[in-house]
Amino acid sequence: MALVPALPKRFHGPSVWALYALGLIPAAWAFYLGATGRLPGNAVKEFEHLLGLWALRFLVATLTITPLRDLFGLNWLRYRRALGLLAFYYVLMHFTAYMVLDQMLRIPAIVADIARRPFITIGMAALVMLIPLALTSNNWSIRKLGQRWNKLHRLAYVIAAAGALHFAMAVKVVGPEQMLYIVLVTLLLAWRAVRTPFLRWKRQRTAGARSHTATQKAAG
Amino acid sequence: AAELKASGSRYKVEETLTPEKDVTTYNNFYEFGTGKGDPAANSGGFKPAPWRVKVDGLVGKPREFGLEELLALPLEERTYRMRCVEAWSMVIPWVGFPLASLLDKVEPLGSAKYVAFETVVRPEEMPGQSGYFQPLPWPYREGLRLDEARHPLTILSVGLYGKTLPNQNGAPIRLVVPWKYGFKGIKSIVRISLTDTPPPCTWNLAAPDEYGFYANVNPAVDHPRWSQATENRIGEGGFFGSNRRDTLAFNGYADDVAGLYSDMDLRVNF
Repeated sequence: MALVPALPKRFHGPSVWALYALGLIPAAWAFYLGATGRLPGNAVKEFEHLLGLWALRFLVATLTITPLRDLFGLNWLRYRRALGLLAFYYVLMHFTAYMVLDQMLRIPAIVADIARRPFITIGMAALVMLIPLALTSNNWSIRKLGQRWNKLHRLAYVIAAAGALHFAMAVKVVGPEQMLYIVLVTLLLAWRAVRTPFLRWKRQRTAGARSHTATQKAAG
Repeated sequence: AAELKASGSRYKVEETLTPEKDVTTYNNFYEFGTGKGDPAANSGGFKPAPWRVKVDGLVGKPREFGLEELLALPLEERTYRMRCVEAWSMVIPWVGFPLASLLDKVEPLGSAKYVAFETVVRPEEMPGQSGYFQPLPWPYREGLRLDEARHPLTILSVGLYGKTLPNQNGAPIRLVVPWKYGFKGIKSIVRISLTDTPPPCTWNLAAPDEYGFYANVNPAVDHPRWSQATENRIGEGGFFGSNRRDTLAFNGYADDVAGLYSDMDLRVNF
C-alpha cells in the first residue's frame, strides 16, 4: 500500500540531511528576525515561544513515524533519528534562549523558576530526559544496547507528554493550540497501547487472505 | 484616531516612552483574541462611537453619559508605567481624566464601598466573544475599592499619544490604575456601578490563586507560575540588550498609594 512513490535508494541519505537543514530553518530565520529587531513586541519571548513550539512539533513528528508505518505502510524510519534530534536541538535552544536572552543569566532566578514553577520543572525534566536519548541516537549505541535501546527510547513518550503539558500549563487560558498538541500526543501514545493487537489482527487477516487464495487456486 | 487636546500634569514618569507602534500592537484584549497581535489585527470592525457609559448603583444621581460629554471634561496627559501581570511593562502617555471627577457627578452614597466595571459585549464586532472557543465568560468585569477609585492616580483614559484610543487599547474609554497589574485596567467600559460588596472580577474568578482582587504590583509576591521580581520593558534593548529590569513596589507609585494598604497583609491580599 504505497501512498507516496518510494524514494530511490540513492536519495535516502541526502534526504535525511535535507531534513536537518530544513528543520533548522525556523530557528535560523527567527534568530535573524530577532537579532535585526524585526520580531514584534516582546522579541525575546516571541523567539523563545517559537523554539518551544517547534520542539513540540518535532516531538510529535517523531512519534508519528511508527503509526504511519503501521497504518499506511509508509516506511519513514530513516527520518526518525533526525526528527528526534531536531526536537532535542529545539528544546536546548528554547532553554538557552530562556536562560541567556530572557533571564539574562540570572542564575538564582532560573534555579528558583525550575524548582518552584511546576510547568518549568516539567519542561526542564523533558530536557534532561532528552539528553540520554540524544547521546544514544548513534548506530554504535543502538548495536551496543540492543533491546535495552528500545526500552530507553520509550522515554520519548514521557517527553512528548511533558512537552504538551508544559505548553498548556504555561498559558493563562488553555486555547485551541494547546488542546491540539494535547490531543495529538494523546492519540499517538494511545496508538502504542493498541498497536500490538492491531498488528496481530492485520497479520492474521493477510495470512487468512493468502491461504484463502491458495485454497481457491488448488480447487481451480 | 482623532487628535485630543490635553493639558500636562505632574504625573509624568521620566522614562523612555514605549514606541506607539508597540503600545498599539502588543496587547491583551481577549475579546479580540488571546494572541498579543490579535487585538490590533481583529478590532477593525469594532465601532467605538456612538458610546454611552451607564453609572448606577449606590449613587444619588444614577445616569448615562454620552462619550461627547466625557470628552468635553478637562483632559490631562498622564505618562504612567504599565506593568502587566505577565512580567512585561511599558511607559504610556495616556490622555484622560480622574475617575473621581466622574464619580462626583453621580454623588456616591455613604453606603458605597466599591466600584464595579463592565466591558461591552458585542460578539458580532468582537471575534473573541463568539465562536466555539471563548477564553473567558463575558462581560469582562473588574472592580476597585472606592478609595482606590477616587485616588488621583486613577483615571479613565480616552486616548494615548495625543489621540483617541485605538480599538485594540480599549476604545473609546478604559480604566488606568498605574500601581496595579494591567488586567485591572478594564477596556471599552459600558457600565460603572457603586456597590457595598466586593465586585466580581473576571481574572480573579477564573484563577483566584493567580489573580487577586487587589492585584497591586508587588515584586515580593510571585505569580504561582513566574516571578514578579523583574519585568521585560517592551520595545527596549531588543534581542541582546538588557530589557529586563527590577519591578518596583506598587509599580513605582508606593509614595502615593502605599498608605491605602497600611493595615493589610499584601501577601494574603495580593
